[in-house]
Formats: sequence, structure tokens, C-alpha cells
Amino acid sequence: MAYGGYEAAGMAVRRHRAIKILLAGGFGVGKTTLVGAVSEIKPLRTEEPLTESGRRTDSTVGVERKTTTTVAMDFGRITLRQDLVLYLFGTPGQERFWFMWDELALGALGAVVLADTRRLADCFPAIDYFERREIPFIVALNCFDGARRYTSEDVRVALDLDPGLPIVLCDARSRESAKEVLIALVEHVLSVADEPVSR
Amino acid sequence: MPSNDERWLDAEAGPVVRPYALTRGRTRHTGEAFDLVATVAAVQGRVPDPSALSPEHMSALYLARFPTTVVDIASDIDLPLGVVRILLADLRELGLVAIQAPVPTKPRQVDTNTLREVLHGLRGL
Repeated sequence: MAYGGYEAAGMAVRRHRAIKILLAGGFGVGKTTLVGAVSEIKPLRTEEPLTESGRRTDSTVGVERKTTTTVAMDFGRITLRQDLVLYLFGTPGQERFWFMWDELALGALGAVVLADTRRLADCFPAIDYFERREIPFIVALNCFDGARRYTSEDVRVALDLDPGLPIVLCDARSRESAKEVLIALVEHVLSVADEPVSR
Repeated sequence: MPSNDERWLDAEAGPVVRPYALTRGRTRHTGEAFDLVATVAAVQGRVPDPSALSPEHMSALYLARFPTTVVDIASDIDLPLGVVRILLADLRELGLVAIQAPVPTKPRQVDTNTLREVLHGLRGL
């Protein structure tokens, strides 16, 4: 079948499965590095949603005078097959960026919380967010040079994580390591999905 | 959520711009909502009227000549996602593009068969 368009708007578009994976973590924790290590990284901007009071009831009145702030996101794609593409979205961890996550999380495969053991508290909001919304996630510890190494169990206690939640060590600069993080996430999501549903 | 605008104005949040000039002030798109990884494809045989469309509409339409996604278009034409959504909804209203949900859009989840395919694909990278 040749690409190039469709007979009619109502006709089914050939299904490209686009799978979203979220990568959350504090500023400077290595989100951009990890996305760049494992995927074709692309620029992406989104914007602050305008508040209700900022919206005109009649949108044709004229140019909106309200200023908007754009937010740069880390965005990368991994083409697994022609019809199966992973989209990685790296978003800042602070609560004020949750408006982006609400949409990103819809239908997403799951999330990776990238953590730096020197600043573990930076990933508290992300963990809270995913736990509350029951979005499957794993924690990846980016092992910076010179950073004091903690064991996964130290981190589990510090972050008060469930015993079954995977915590993986990674080097965000390494393609292999970044790949292993994604594999660990998918395996975790599969294991959660396979759990028998309680009646 | 705090309502003061100042919470955005720091280096991490990025520069202040007025991207909605491109959408003639509109901040919401027309028609049914679509995901940011929804597939967008130009409808074959429909000839756009360039006088009715902005250069940004034309760029988005050009990028959709092969099936792509909303985020890919936003990235390629370097406009914020919200603006691109409005442009794409305009094109849909004119019958120039078809937009289809990536997977049945529910809060969760990706089905297990797809998960296994993703796993297989990642291991093969």
C-alpha cells in the first residue's frame, strides 16, 4: 500500500501505534541525556494553559492579548517498527507542570521516574503523581560520577516505595543502559497487567 | 492551583511569547479532542485553497502528506503544541486531514500484546 493520503476523511487511517512513555524527574537529573541516548531527540514546546478567565467567549473578537509562556519538553521517538513507535516525553517534576502530565499520561504505557541520589526529594512529586493516578512506573537511579552510591533498598526506604516496584540503576548517557531502563518499565507493566484481577 | 501568572516566569519555564497570534487569538480547537500522538494524514485528492490558509496551515498539511502524529508536526514546524492543535483542527474542519486516535483512548492501558511487541522491539534495538 502506498502512502500519500486517504480517499476520504472518514476512511480509517492506517493505524500507527504510537506509544507514550513518560520520563519524570527533577531539574538536571539527566532526562534530556537519557532521551538523547536512546532515541531520536526532537524539539518540542508546549504552553501554559490559559486560565478560564483568560479565554474569550467570542474567539473571533481579535488577537488574544494575554501572554503565554512556552515550556520546552524533552521529546524523543524510537521507531521499533514502521507501525510501532515509542514516544518519550521528559517533563519537569514540579507540580506546576502537572497540567502537561495529565494529557501525556492518558493512554500512556507507563512512566520512568529518574532520580539523583543526591537530591532524592526532587522526585517526590512525580512519585506521588503516578501513585495517585495508578500509572505504572519504575524508578531509575542515574549514577552520576562521584555521586555516593546508595543501594536500591536504601532508596526504596527513603522514597517509601512498594516492595514490588522496580528500582534500576542506570547511566543516562549510555544507550544500552537507557534501553535497559525502558525494558525494565515494560516488563514491570506486563507483570502488573498479568496479575489476576481480584473478584 | 495558584492563578497568578508570575509562577511561570523563570528560566526553566522558558521565554514569554504570543504564539496565539497565529491562531487569530483562538486558544481552543474546534471539533472532537485528539491526543498528542494521534495520527494525522492528509486526505488524498483534496486541494487546499492557499488563500484561505496561513503558511503554518500549509506547512502542517505538507507534513501530513505521510501519516504522522500531532507531536511530530509540532516539533517539525517548531510551534507550541496548543497552536498546532488548533491549526490541525482547522484543516480537519476543511476536510483536508483525517485525525485518528492512536489507540483506544482510555486512561489506561496499553494492551498486553502491544506491550510484548514493544518489549521485543526494545530488545532488538
